[in-house]
Amino acid sequence: MLESLTSYLTSNTTPGQAGNVLWALIYIFLVFGGVSLAVMAMNWLERKALAHFQVRLGPMRVGPHGLLQPIADAIKLLTKEDIIPDNADRLVFWTAPLIILCASFAVYVVIPFGPTHAITDLNIGILFMLGVSSLSVLGVVMAGWASNSHYPLIGSLRSSAQMISYEVAMGMAVVSAILMTSLNRSGTGTLSMIGIVEAQQQQQIWYLFKFFPLGFIAFLIFSIAMVAETNRAPFDLPEAESELTAGFHTEYSGLRWSLFMLGEYAAMIAVSSIAVTLWLGGWLRPFPHALSGETWDLVFSLIPGFIFLILAAVAFLGVVRMPKDPYFRVQTMGLAGFGFLLGLIGLVLFLGPVRERIQDIFWFTAKVAFFMYMYIWYRATFPRYRFDQLMRVGWKVLLPISLGVLIGTAIVGVVD
Amino acid sequence: MAPVATPFFFYFLSFLTLASAILVITRKNAVHSALALILGLLAQAGLYLMLYAPFVAGVQIILYAGGIMVLFLFVIMLVNLERAQKEEQFNRQWLAGILAAGALGALLVAVFLKGRALFPASTQPIAEASNTQQVGELLYGPYMFAFEIASLLLLVAMIGAVVMAKRRI
Amino acid sequence: MPDPTPYPSPLEQGEPDKTFLDSNELILNMGPQHPATHGVLRVILKLDGEKVLGAECVIGYLHRGVEKIGENRTYAMFNPYVDRMDYVAAVSNGLGYCETVEKLLAVEAPPRANYIRVILTELNRLASHMLWLGTHALDIGAMTPLFYTFRDREEILKIFEKYCGARLTTHAFRIGGCLYETYDGFERDVKKFVDGVPAKIDEYEELLTSNRIWVERTKNVGKLGAADCKALGVTGPVLRASGVQWDVRKALPYAAYPDFDFEIPVGANGDTYDRYIVRMQEMRQSLRILRQAVEGIPEGPIMAKVPKVIKPPAGEIYHSIEAPKGELGYFIVSDGSTQPYRVRVRPPSFVNLQALDVMVRGQLVADVIAVIGTLDIVLGEVDR
Repeated sequence: MLESLTSYLTSNTTPGQAGNVLWALIYIFLVFGGVSLAVMAMNWLERKALAHFQVRLGPMRVGPHGLLQPIADAIKLLTKEDIIPDNADRLVFWTAPLIILCASFAVYVVIPFGPTHAITDLNIGILFMLGVSSLSVLGVVMAGWASNSHYPLIGSLRSSAQMISYEVAMGMAVVSAILMTSLNRSGTGTLSMIGIVEAQQQQQIWYLFKFFPLGFIAFLIFSIAMVAETNRAPFDLPEAESELTAGFHTEYSGLRWSLFMLGEYAAMIAVSSIAVTLWLGGWLRPFPHALSGETWDLVFSLIPGFIFLILAAVAFLGVVRMPKDPYFRVQTMGLAGFGFLLGLIGLVLFLGPVRERIQDIFWFTAKVAFFMYMYIWYRATFPRYRFDQLMRVGWKVLLPISLGVLIGTAIVGVVD
Repeated sequence: MAPVATPFFFYFLSFLTLASAILVITRKNAVHSALALILGLLAQAGLYLMLYAPFVAGVQIILYAGGIMVLFLFVIMLVNLERAQKEEQFNRQWLAGILAAGALGALLVAVFLKGRALFPASTQPIAEASNTQQVGELLYGPYMFAFEIASLLLLVAMIGAVVMAKRRI
Repeated sequence: MPDPTPYPSPLEQGEPDKTFLDSNELILNMGPQHPATHGVLRVILKLDGEKVLGAECVIGYLHRGVEKIGENRTYAMFNPYVDRMDYVAAVSNGLGYCETVEKLLAVEAPPRANYIRVILTELNRLASHMLWLGTHALDIGAMTPLFYTFRDREEILKIFEKYCGARLTTHAFRIGGCLYETYDGFERDVKKFVDGVPAKIDEYEELLTSNRIWVERTKNVGKLGAADCKALGVTGPVLRASGVQWDVRKALPYAAYPDFDFEIPVGANGDTYDRYIVRMQEMRQSLRILRQAVEGIPEGPIMAKVPKVIKPPAGEIYHSIEAPKGELGYFIVSDGSTQPYRVRVRPPSFVNLQALDVMVRGQLVADVIAVIGTLDIVLGEVDR
């Protein structure tokens, strides 16, 4: 076992490609643990950011500035009574959230956090991601049907119709990005996720800026379609509270509902990762060629450490502003400890060997975090689309534009 | 990369396919049949992977399991099924059924025994990495006409469906 | 208990022999308990798939017998009850009632009292429209304007609290004038408010007016023509958005309104978007009135000479004012005693709600909620 542990350290491929099962398992645990942590952080961030958009504070009591709120929510949901509707089909009712969860999490197998930092690199990577994430539609349909109630059924049918409509536009946008990978010497493109980022590296341009504005429009189409795909505002009519149909997860309570929520956030992170890989250069740092060289590499490699130090400073600022009342002593100490932890991570990220290894993962995560913040921003700002308007946007606006972008990209790619 | 545990995966996936196929035809509840069919299609995608055809496997998942079966589920769920569930399953043409199944089985056995000799060209080892490229080259090369005709058929079917359903909202 | 006389429901008109199973139609019930019906309103929708064929409102869940109570209270004792009808715009209710009784008594409130009344009523109009904007946007999906409008509404409620001690059901006026003198710093507070709010209203408009999704959700939704408005008796911003220039403040002026210079915003199409624009512009016109009023408050008494025991001569009177939701009218019949013989309130929301059926025919289900929001109904007023 030690042999297989150390033999991988000298290779420069992903564990899946190297055939190393042990390291693949370690990577799987790391990625899934990271995603679960990210979902909890996203839950907290959504409540705080939404609150700050709405001129209020958000959770403040459970832990300093509500930092322990996701844990409290998880405990509450786990200890709730498990209610199954009377005539519901128990098997289907039980498997529906599992399907959504497995589909959302299986996508993480091919997400590239770095040139070798992925669980594996399938040569049909992007196809696999699109396919597995389209399996979550099945979970939605099953959830609505198994509830044996009129409103969830209609809500789930609407939700799934919306998801499969926007998958078409998503696929078209993805194809136009894949087209750009074939503009190399050998003339063959690649579907593998790592290959797409390496193609961007080789062509020295993020596909966002390639053939401007074609790449940019394809990116925009994908961004809009991915928000509709994950049933988030402004496309969240099927699960809105003030509409007549309350959505496919009405009859689910407690742990089952939290599985839906987990699957939804994981799907959000997954499609954002697709967008980052295809258009934003994946793990590449900004300006890898315009600002190249040793010094610039050093400057950019110090950014992760600085960001964590800034976060630690913000935490300590919060400590200073805490009320001096003895009731808040525990919270103050907790926040100070949290700030100290952030500062420690920041200092660790300044060390040489850590800096090199962490670069790719940091830039990838930073770009995905940007998308997550945009999701919350959309939810705070936009009203909801009515369902027929939603479908109209998907079929009559996004699809023709994406077809046009595809044809345009193909023509410019041949002519150029 | 060398394949791992091929016999185990082959038997496992084949068992899944057979089991789900049997479930499809024996379940009374149509939704359960559809779900079993989805399971069978996913197992089949795994079998395609074992045949070094990753593109076909990916497309099977996207289109068949993620698209067509969702459509099946829509229809099943919108149609009132309770009446159908209470009906007794009848089987009056069991003799013709046995004859047809026997003929099909004999055909499959014959292909299995004479298989290699029937398709000599396909015994060449296929490179896994270029399955997508090869499918693309074949589709847009020798089989271009068939590809376009098929897509035109699909377009006609879509238009027909929209026209027929357009009477309501 | 004998059955009440059956009346033809709008849902069944024209198709008396059809049963539920015959057609493709579905009866959907938006129950009294619903996040989007602004109170306890039950709407029964007849749907064909997604399209609405007709709507019937079942009201009365908040009926408290206010008009009957009025027959058993003296005129002054009834004053606090009227606040509770349209609880969002309580000051307007009080103004209408006090003015009606004053007309019955042939008494006029002194000019200073009229100015104070106008200031508080216009502040209340702003508060009511802000609440309407927040809840209407929330129904359509925009969560954020609600918090912004409530934050600004807080300032108005603080002024009310400093003036008369209550934020919502204020009982601000008395028969014959005002009871309380303005507090120290009243003009300063109102001036500060009037100076700060236009920027906030610009903020709301920035979020919504040119937002593509908002426009698509509200344009051509819930159209009501001018003829329909007049036939149904609809008043207020709904009437003005359909193109009819009728505002009681200009047509039959009361209180100190003749002294002020302001405009009546009028819309063109009568759809939800026009009602939104009309109410936003009304907010700005209210600010204009407030600015003029607070600069020109005359000195003098705040209460007219009213007998201790109010016993108006026998007779009847109808007097209406422009409440934020429409024309609020009071019809009081006096039989010469200390208690009115009949107090009948003409609530604007009750009359406007009748237009719901006409407005939602042919629309989709998701629009019903937008239309209920745009009518700006308060169930306390509808049911009394």
